[in-house]
Amino acid sequence: MKRAIFCAALFLAACTPVATRAQNPGTIFIQNATVLTVTHGNIEHGSILIRDGKIAAVGADLKAPEGAAVIDATGQYVMPGIIDCHSHIAVDGSVNEAGPAVSSMANIADVLNPDDINIYRDLAGGVTTANILHGSANPIGGQTVVIKLRWGKPASELPFQGALPGIKFALGENPKHSNFPSPPGVQPRYPGTRLGVEEVIRQALIEAREYKKQWDDYNQRKAAGEQNPIPPRRDVRLDPLVEVMEGKRYVHAHCYRADEILMLIRVANEFGFKVRTFQHVLEGYKVANEIAAAGAGGSTFSDWWAYKMEAFDAIPYNAALMTERGVIVSVNSDDAQEARQLNQEAAKSMKNGGLSANDALKLITLNPAIQLGIDARAGSIDVGKDADLAIYNRDPLSVYAVVQKTLIDGQVYFDRQRDIAGRATLAAEKQALLDKEKKAAEAKKAEEKSEKTPDTKPDKKKKPPQDGGGGVGVASGVAGGSR
Amino acid sequence: VKILNFSSRALALILAVSLAIPAWTQSAAPTSYAIKGGKVFTLAGPAIENGTVLIRDGKIAAVGAGIAIPGDAQVIDATGLEVYPGMFDPVTQIGLNEVSAVSATVDVSELGDYNPELVAATAVNPASSHIPITRANGITEVIAAPGTTGFDLQSGGLIAGQASAFNLAGWTMDEMQINRSVAMVINWPSIQTRTFDFATFSIKEKPYADVKKEYDKSVNTLGDWMDRARHYAQAKEKGSSALFERDLKLEALVPVVQGKLPVLVIADEARDIRNAVDFCTKQNLRMILGSGAEAWKVKELLKDKKIPVVLAPTNRLPEQEDTPYDKPYTEPSELFSAGIPIAFSSFGTAFSRRLPQYAGTAVAYGLPHDEALKAVMLNAAQIFGLADQLGTLEPGKIANIIATSGDPLQLQTQVRYLFINGQLTSTDNKHRELYEQYRKRPQPAR
Repeated sequence: MKRAIFCAALFLAACTPVATRAQNPGTIFIQNATVLTVTHGNIEHGSILIRDGKIAAVGADLKAPEGAAVIDATGQYVMPGIIDCHSHIAVDGSVNEAGPAVSSMANIADVLNPDDINIYRDLAGGVTTANILHGSANPIGGQTVVIKLRWGKPASELPFQGALPGIKFALGENPKHSNFPSPPGVQPRYPGTRLGVEEVIRQALIEAREYKKQWDDYNQRKAAGEQNPIPPRRDVRLDPLVEVMEGKRYVHAHCYRADEILMLIRVANEFGFKVRTFQHVLEGYKVANEIAAAGAGGSTFSDWWAYKMEAFDAIPYNAALMTERGVIVSVNSDDAQEARQLNQEAAKSMKNGGLSANDALKLITLNPAIQLGIDARAGSIDVGKDADLAIYNRDPLSVYAVVQKTLIDGQVYFDRQRDIAGRATLAAEKQALLDKEKKAAEAKKAEEKSEKTPDTKPDKKKKPPQDGGGGVGVASGVAGGSR
Repeated sequence: VKILNFSSRALALILAVSLAIPAWTQSAAPTSYAIKGGKVFTLAGPAIENGTVLIRDGKIAAVGAGIAIPGDAQVIDATGLEVYPGMFDPVTQIGLNEVSAVSATVDVSELGDYNPELVAATAVNPASSHIPITRANGITEVIAAPGTTGFDLQSGGLIAGQASAFNLAGWTMDEMQINRSVAMVINWPSIQTRTFDFATFSIKEKPYADVKKEYDKSVNTLGDWMDRARHYAQAKEKGSSALFERDLKLEALVPVVQGKLPVLVIADEARDIRNAVDFCTKQNLRMILGSGAEAWKVKELLKDKKIPVVLAPTNRLPEQEDTPYDKPYTEPSELFSAGIPIAFSSFGTAFSRRLPQYAGTAVAYGLPHDEALKAVMLNAAQIFGLADQLGTLEPGKIANIIATSGDPLQLQTQVRYLFINGQLTSTDNKHRELYEQYRKRPQPAR
């Protein structure tokens, strides 16, 4: 099966679907829905009052204030917007700075692409917030950023204001390049074993600790009134690691096997920081006691397994078993499609491990919010939180549920009916552009023909095909090299 | 809270059942079962409340309400359960692919572009851990298709080999096999100017003219193979061994050009599908379209030529940036409404267990529920010529049956009983074993 990741009509990227133009925030009233608050039960025939992008009231006996924009959700379900704790959407180009084994200087926040259509597609799957991660090619990868899926807004307005930035660490087969061997003639990169992965991480942290000491020393001398102390040389590679040790930056560590999970817990203890989340963490169920004790979160797949050796002991009970042992667990996508069905993926933990419906919902709402340190703002339907909501036509834990609307900060960013209604316009617009291009090409051809003299060499350059010819036969996951 | 109680009870029940049944019990007594008390969905008529399914010697012996249960039959109480034909995943790499990234465990794609003589059944590993895991989710039979791409495999070969249908339980492939050759797999060449180069991990661009030339050459070569196979068949018919040397590749293509063996043509883009249909029409081949991400663009053609579609997973991204966001979800419904036979498929190994999820998503976007059930249980059997043996609960068919806690397409539904080839088969598997093992790990006091 081929998944085209490039499309023939790239110019259409600019055609923002009509449905996404959100109105001005003000007072919005969602009425007569089954409200899945996640924190305080489900409210039948419930309403949500939104003021200035925040949830102002939730309950069964609210009345729409005068002038409020009313969204009638009779028979529908409202849940907190889905939070995807592992995503690579909205990234312009590669997610991996794959040269050095420590690429902490690279920052995903610098290459956000607000025109990535997958922002819209995931929004249409109920996702409102995503943790945009660097890839896993390096033991210490690049800096990461939490965004809201504000489709139509510029890159500068995507980041989740106030969310702590992160950094990707990666353990196991990817950083040791097991499945992506060097091309012939190219020297393989160190590390090539899990032993080396630990060494690279520890070495970088030792450097960062030394660097931090130099800065602490400098700042102390300056504070003490010393005249013109010489500042240490700035190192953009070590700055983020200092932030990690100071608790100002979260570590999201890609990992699979139990042994490497324990390794990173030991290293983190040695340097006095906590791993915020173990990502994938497919063998997390084997060391759930230790992960819980370390205060780390586990962000995992529902039922992926066997795509590589370190995923061969993955089980679909992982989320449930880690939850049982006291780990804060989220189910993530790592994939633009999987993100569109995170409600389905969360539901699988009811079948595999017997989680309650509410605990299953937490896997994609409150728990990832806690993991990303944004639970005061997102992850449940509570007064004071951001009005980030997904409205479904059925219980979102049913395979038959379809997202009707997605709201961020109280604005409707996705509306299924508007999307459907806008399709004819978009198709007409595309056809007009194609016709225009075709005409222009024909006119140019005619012009060239008339200009031709016997002395001129015939132009052998072929015109690009009108029907595209783009499309790459490659599985998106492998291209990302991020799993 | 309600669901928690239900799930806990369900789990306890499953664990109790799984302990009582050996992995599989081919040829062991009893060979006669009576599944009674459940709501029976035969897919050949209306559902039967409180129905009974009798199984004898691997086959369904009788289905109905109020059927007398023979004295030697082991009775399975399916009260409160729903009874269906097992699910059928028609394009997989099950048995040929254990760990995708470890090539030593993968036998999906042979070197070379034209390998019609290769047969999947040759290398299906009956001890693959994917088999018990897949069947525990209600999939009782699959087709392994060589050269097809899973979620992280690259395609291999234009004529990739013959696909084999088999039951997901048995000691050897000989016992499991339903039909050694159900289709010839053709990966239709695609005009791709941009390709991803794994060696350099970058995108390579080629001029359209060059790519088109390569494409035309591939299609011409495919045509040559079919022509030669026809000549080979003629020479063989004449009976003189002096007239030809035995050629395994041409021999394998003879049933294809004679219309006895369908071709499973894997193609996604509308242009490729049109070209493939054109080719198969001219060559008089029985075409089954596989994957068909843009089959919705060529509905009329597919309907007109009576070409069934084995659908790529519903849960995928749209092909083009401007394709409606839900097109992959609505495509099954659109094709069904156009009168095109469809079957769902995983096209994978580890994700075979997602088959009901793919069908369920299609129902959410308009496919009638009963049609979705057929598209995971019956239609693949019809498309691959196995409907006389599989796909419905009717006397004489292979007893591949599931008894579920509810709607088999729903995410929370548990498979409580599993019959494969007429044998009560365990739903135990590597994943549940690991779960049980690590669940017993002592937990420190907190």
